[in-house]
Amino acid sequence: MSEKSYDFPENCRYTDSDEWVRLEDGLALMGITDYAQSELSDVVYVEQPEVGAQLEAGQNFGVVESVKAVGDLVAPLAGEVVRINTELEDSPELVNEEPYGRGWLIALQPEDEEAVESLMTAEEYLRHVEARSGA
Amino acid sequence: MSGELQRTPLHARHREAGARMMPFAGFEMPVSYSSIVAEHRAVRASAGIFDVSHMGEIRLRGAAADELAQRLFSNDVSKMEPRRVRYGLLCLPDGGVVDDVTLYRVSDSELFFCVNASNIAGDLAWMREVRDESGLDCELIDESSGTALLAVQGPAARAIVASLRPADVDAPRRWRFVAGEVADVEVQLSRTGISGEDGYEIYAPAERAAELWDRLIEAGAGRLAPAGLGARDTLRTEMGFPLYGHELDRRTTPLEAGLERFLALDREFVGREALAAQAESGPDRRLVGLLMEGRAVAREGYPIHTSAGTGRVTSGTFGPSIKRSIALGYVPAEESASGTRVEVEVRGRRVAGQVTGIPFYRRKS
Repeated sequence: MSEKSYDFPENCRYTDSDEWVRLEDGLALMGITDYAQSELSDVVYVEQPEVGAQLEAGQNFGVVESVKAVGDLVAPLAGEVVRINTELEDSPELVNEEPYGRGWLIALQPEDEEAVESLMTAEEYLRHVEARSGA
Repeated sequence: MSGELQRTPLHARHREAGARMMPFAGFEMPVSYSSIVAEHRAVRASAGIFDVSHMGEIRLRGAAADELAQRLFSNDVSKMEPRRVRYGLLCLPDGGVVDDVTLYRVSDSELFFCVNASNIAGDLAWMREVRDESGLDCELIDESSGTALLAVQGPAARAIVASLRPADVDAPRRWRFVAGEVADVEVQLSRTGISGEDGYEIYAPAERAAELWDRLIEAGAGRLAPAGLGARDTLRTEMGFPLYGHELDRRTTPLEAGLERFLALDREFVGREALAAQAESGPDRRLVGLLMEGRAVAREGYPIHTSAGTGRVTSGTFGPSIKRSIALGYVPAEESASGTRVEVEVRGRRVAGQVTGIPFYRRKS
């Protein structure tokens, strides 16, 4: 329906629940995709896990709330939460403004870095989004 | 599903503007054009223009139009002069709310109701039933599909609309309306709205709606933003105004909803007896405003735990102007006083909140 174009950087991997993951210095940084932030619009609150929490792949670990909706956050990889983006407490709109930058959510110490390879590439995710929005 | 949805006369304009569309009350309506928060802020700071053509208009015409309006409408009609607008309820005999509406008096023998889109058919059926039972001589005319409704709301609304009106004609004052021209289109110009800001609701023939929309956008360049139902909802929630289907329905009375000031209980209307009795004894539950701790949103349907029992959230959002998580909901009457501490169950977790007076937001000046 809409003819929006989204930004899906090549250096990230993607999940079918609209998270992105990027490996940086052995940590897996993650957030929600440009498509997800656009669908939610107006993010007003991010419920994050505690630092030190152990996440299983596929586990719900928090929510992103916008004015109109609530989106579940699903862990793309297993690992330990080593950092959370505390800037989002006061400025949750960063998730809309810079979904791959200052709007990142958490950093995981992954149990298995290789598991990232099983996630979708930018091109695969773009097709997934197009198929879902019925384009 | 979308094949069944009705469209307003401005549908193409919304599409061209890149609006996100959504089904609402049987219509395909714009939720937002840029972002709900940006549109909300535009209305508070300058002005926004809303297409609310889904709303219904039902005209009463005939010798007994006034008498029928008196029977149907909870607020006082007898003291209403021509060109006045009043808010009130249509109630069932047991006091339940059929709809919340605004009533416009054209003359002694002609009035019209502006009603919620989801209730047009139900209201018409109810009005016919009351008319036929009482044998009153009054035509009921559904003008909804031929009438467009544009709301221009915000501190700059007056200047924008004035620039499209003949210079020697004064704008109507608050809660009044005039028949006249805006941008060469014959309209009913009403100084009303639910944003909590100054502004107008403009009734126009459907076939001239796009032209009127274009001229308003042009006249408001730089200070008027198209705004969708998303911002309309955050604006009315900050004002604590009820929305039918959320705070109001046929099993809820105006007293429970805190709307007693719109009940003229000293004169006859359908539901008066039941409401007078409830006013005497006091309702068991009341609608309250809740200011929540933190930023999590207390959404519709979430339980509200109080020391006297459990209530339910009817609307909740993050108020873009007051920058707090706010909600409306029903709680046991004994726990409805301002300052009462409650807990809202948000996804299995209890979040503290406090009963607070509404509106949440008051405009400066």
